[in-house]
Amino acid sequence: MKALHNYIEEKIKPSFEEGGKLHKYWPVYDGFYTFLFVPAHPVESGAHVRDGIDLKRTMNTVIMALIPALLFGMWNVGYQHYNAIGEDAGFWMQFGFGAWKVLPIVIVSYAAGLGAEFLFCVIKGHQINEGYLVSGMLIPLIMPVDIPLWMVAVSAIFAVVIGKEVFGGTGMNIFNPALIARAFAFFAYPTYMSGDKVWINTAGGAVDGFSGATILGELATSGTTHYSPLEAFIGMIPGSIGETSVIAILIGAGLLIFTGIGSWKIMLSGLVGGATMGIIFNLVAPYAITPSQQAFMAVPFWQQLIFGGFAFGVVFMATDPVSGSQTETGKWIYGFLIGFLAIMIRVFNPAYPEGVMLAILFMNTMAPLIDHYVVEANIKKRQKRLALKTASA
Amino acid sequence: MAEVLDKKEVEKEQLVDKKPKEPLFSKKNRKLITDPLNDDNPITVQVLGICSALAITVKLEPAIVMSLSVLFVLAAGNVIISWMRNLIPNRIRIIVQLVVVAALVVLVDQVLKAFVYDVSKQLSVFVGLIITNCIIMGRLEAFALGNTPWKSFLDGLGNAFGYAWILVTVAFFRELLGSGTLLGIHVIPDSWYIANGGFYSNNGFMLFPPMALITVGIIIWVQRSRNTKLIEE
Repeated sequence: MKALHNYIEEKIKPSFEEGGKLHKYWPVYDGFYTFLFVPAHPVESGAHVRDGIDLKRTMNTVIMALIPALLFGMWNVGYQHYNAIGEDAGFWMQFGFGAWKVLPIVIVSYAAGLGAEFLFCVIKGHQINEGYLVSGMLIPLIMPVDIPLWMVAVSAIFAVVIGKEVFGGTGMNIFNPALIARAFAFFAYPTYMSGDKVWINTAGGAVDGFSGATILGELATSGTTHYSPLEAFIGMIPGSIGETSVIAILIGAGLLIFTGIGSWKIMLSGLVGGATMGIIFNLVAPYAITPSQQAFMAVPFWQQLIFGGFAFGVVFMATDPVSGSQTETGKWIYGFLIGFLAIMIRVFNPAYPEGVMLAILFMNTMAPLIDHYVVEANIKKRQKRLALKTASA
Repeated sequence: MAEVLDKKEVEKEQLVDKKPKEPLFSKKNRKLITDPLNDDNPITVQVLGICSALAITVKLEPAIVMSLSVLFVLAAGNVIISWMRNLIPNRIRIIVQLVVVAALVVLVDQVLKAFVYDVSKQLSVFVGLIITNCIIMGRLEAFALGNTPWKSFLDGLGNAFGYAWILVTVAFFRELLGSGTLLGIHVIPDSWYIANGGFYSNNGFMLFPPMALITVGIIIWVQRSRNTKLIEE
């Protein structure tokens, strides 16, 4: 490692520095250098170290939290595949098949997104930010396994350029870039993002009468599902690659909460919000118009929380510190409304079974407004207190 | 007394005559046409007429027909209002403008219905809405009321062209990427599509208005980064 470091310092660095031949590509060099080594930037004014954690370590922690969902997703892809074509396969065969299908999506997502990001940084002379490290991992996890790779690439580029760079790069985006990628793919290529054909890879043909619909897809059409809640909790169900297993997501959530990187307030209030809407639906279910809607509304509220991408969205997407609410009170409101709206959209509009995505994007827009009113309320409260103090004095 | 007045009138006329006549395509007049194409574009700089730009740019054909309609209404409206500019009482000028524009729009609508019925159906309410198009009202108010008919005509042409090229550009990309056609002709080979064993699929998002907004936004972005006059502090 030391030899590599010396080699870079002596041979590679000079050509990227001021006056060097490749100075134009300094952001690229800097990005790779700080990715490999601790940055050697000397502090120019007084140091303000509050914590040993920087953006890269934050991002790495989130990626670590995503690993259980990713590994489980790989296995599940293989499991669903062999299940669908009616073949028996061992654990490693299933996992191997899943990895064979999932890894290309991950690689394409990173290559396309980072390519767009590097290009921008070189043109604009910005420093390369680490923001895409997490988005690049999130994007494959919220895509169906059968999506053509170039669609992943187009969505990732769209997310980086329109979702992030337009607003000024990492830390300035209004929306969660990974969700922008999914929303783009969802509206642009609906046949490859929804329905009952895309969630399970059935290369070689499925068994007769096999349905590849997700739980939410089944619920939206008939109001019933043939998967048990336990299967949904473990994650042995068709769905986007990383969203199926609530257990894997809970492990990730534990890591995020333990390290303090994900806000437990948003996660908890999201759960409460979803449960509240679920309970309301349970109560009004008898008054629903169509029988299938009645059955969908009558799904026990706790089951709504483990179906579909609800858990994944609330844990990994809603807690994005950039696009979410910043104030502590705001986080409660923000999380609650995400859960609330997600279940509402899911039940009321069968065309959008994945209400979580739309709920989070919608609340991303509202987050600054929530923060504004929380701050205003705080100012008012303190002014009142001040008035009381001066009056009594 | 009368003689003195006459003398003055004659002098005045001589004064007017002495002023060199401006050539039809003087530099100033040419600027009336070229400015709205880029530096003062009605859509990307003034951000007017966005409503129709988002609504009828799904396909190239309606966009072209819409551009021509606006071209006619804007140029003719400008000329007519400019002719009448000294007769219109200031207080009711908006009403007069509306009557003129509405008459022109009805004319356009009837012509479209008679000759290109399909396109007219696609444009639906948006032909009628030309009456309230901000670009037209804006040019009548800001330009035609204070300038000669010829200049107003050029200004109308320029602004209509400025509107048209944005519309056509947006529609070009939306139709190409959204439907795989241009003017209804398939330009993307059939064998490319996934259904036929290829790899390609049309981008359905392009058919939605939000994508038109994003396309216009990208045009504005490119324009602002190239045109130094538009760069704000």
